[in-house]
Amino acid sequence: MANNASNTSDNAVGTERVKRGMAEQLKNGVIMDVVTPEQAKIAEDAGAVAVMALERVPADIRKDGGVARMSDPDMIDGIVGAVSIPVMAKVRIGHFVEAQVLESLGVDFIDESEVLTPADEAYHIDKWAFTVPFVCGATNLGEALRRIAEGAAMIRSKGEAGTGNVVEATRHMRSIRSEIKRLGTLDEAELFGAAKELRAPFEVVKEVATLGKLPVPLFSAGGVATPADAALMRQLGAESVFVGSGIFKSGDPAGRADAIVQATLHYEDPAVIARVSRGLGDAMVGINLDDLSDAQRYAGRGW
Amino acid sequence: MTARPTIGVLALQGDVAEHLRVLDALDAHTVKVLSPDQLDTLDGLVVPGGESTTMSKLAVRYGLLEPLRKRIAAGMPAYGTCAGMIMLADRLLGGTADQQTVGGIDMSVRRNAFGRQTESFEAAVRIDGLEGDPFDAVFIRAPWVESVGPGVTVLGEVPGPDEAGRIVAVRQGGLMATSFHPELTGDTRIHRLFVDVVKGHS
Repeated sequence: MANNASNTSDNAVGTERVKRGMAEQLKNGVIMDVVTPEQAKIAEDAGAVAVMALERVPADIRKDGGVARMSDPDMIDGIVGAVSIPVMAKVRIGHFVEAQVLESLGVDFIDESEVLTPADEAYHIDKWAFTVPFVCGATNLGEALRRIAEGAAMIRSKGEAGTGNVVEATRHMRSIRSEIKRLGTLDEAELFGAAKELRAPFEVVKEVATLGKLPVPLFSAGGVATPADAALMRQLGAESVFVGSGIFKSGDPAGRADAIVQATLHYEDPAVIARVSRGLGDAMVGINLDDLSDAQRYAGRGW
Repeated sequence: MTARPTIGVLALQGDVAEHLRVLDALDAHTVKVLSPDQLDTLDGLVVPGGESTTMSKLAVRYGLLEPLRKRIAAGMPAYGTCAGMIMLADRLLGGTADQQTVGGIDMSVRRNAFGRQTESFEAAVRIDGLEGDPFDAVFIRAPWVESVGPGVTVLGEVPGPDEAGRIVAVRQGGLMATSFHPELTGDTRIHRLFVDVVKGHS
């Protein structure tokens, strides 16, 4: 595709609107972690709106230990070739060369993710420099706004990936939403102070105060394992969810994937959530957060 | 002629909220459509952008496909953006094996025709029937219309990968479709046109 649409004279690629617009299209849909083309097909058939291609799901990264990196390009190509829905892939925090590689492979969205081992302890990637859009994790509003200032087109609550435990995702969603609400009550002078506290640019802080929401879609991730978990995140204000280990570490991945898609859509309808929750078999076993040391927690990665 | 038409937005997936916001601003009465019984109350329907394969699967699962086909065949105006254009196409190219559309517009639409996300773009598009400047159009993994039947009016084109003109906006009676996303830009002219179409039909 040497002479694609991006090369015609009047067309602008990689603009803020094109990147954020892509993120808007994913709303109300479920993004699923997959490690093989076969899993990607199962996810697509179940109605996933996109897949996240990675070598190991977070639960296995936890179990195996060691350094977790961008996936092998062959593996990404295999998944891009297997499905026609958008494909996302993860890079290490700050590893802009991994991001350059994924962009060259034609992935549709990059997740600069705390689930992989960080490559830079001071800086995240300058995401404005890329044509491909980025999603980044956040535990609170300040973190979300710093990522948006760096060019992120979507924010997801970090939660605690690979645990099957939704408690951290709940904490992060509540924190982000309540801080957004608080901004709406402040006057201009107070907003300057808030920007300082949040360690985020004043313009973005003011925009959030005016809109009453982030200027990019807000999704939730990290510990969603059941249809009810997905609906909980939506009722807490997430515009949709990422499901990582929860699907393919469960007893019936196709059935669970389908059920989570339905619960994400009908999140306000307990009868639907009850119906799709029946007979799904075992959920992933899960981990109590008290059993994790600080070093084993991913949410603290990123700054 | 209805003073304040009721316009639904098919809410199975995608950028539903953006369409609702524009339609509310144009003083339509809006409904998020999730189930077949809601269709009877509508004067018109918007099918939003999103992932067309997901939308199609959910439309089948919730028994919406046939009722939608019936309403559209009976003359309900509808407007589809991007994935919505795909849903309103009689013929689909580049879809998944089991992907079904609602249909209504006598056209062949090629899914993801402009490429993947890194090829997504903005361009100024001249739309027939719109006064003023060309429309600042946002294309996201967008489809194009490969061919149209005799009853379909082409409203706009942009150059494709080979510089050949590609159809990105069409109208057939009360049915409209664009490859791009007016709901993302703040320019309400195309939605206004659709609201006028709905008012004229009801």
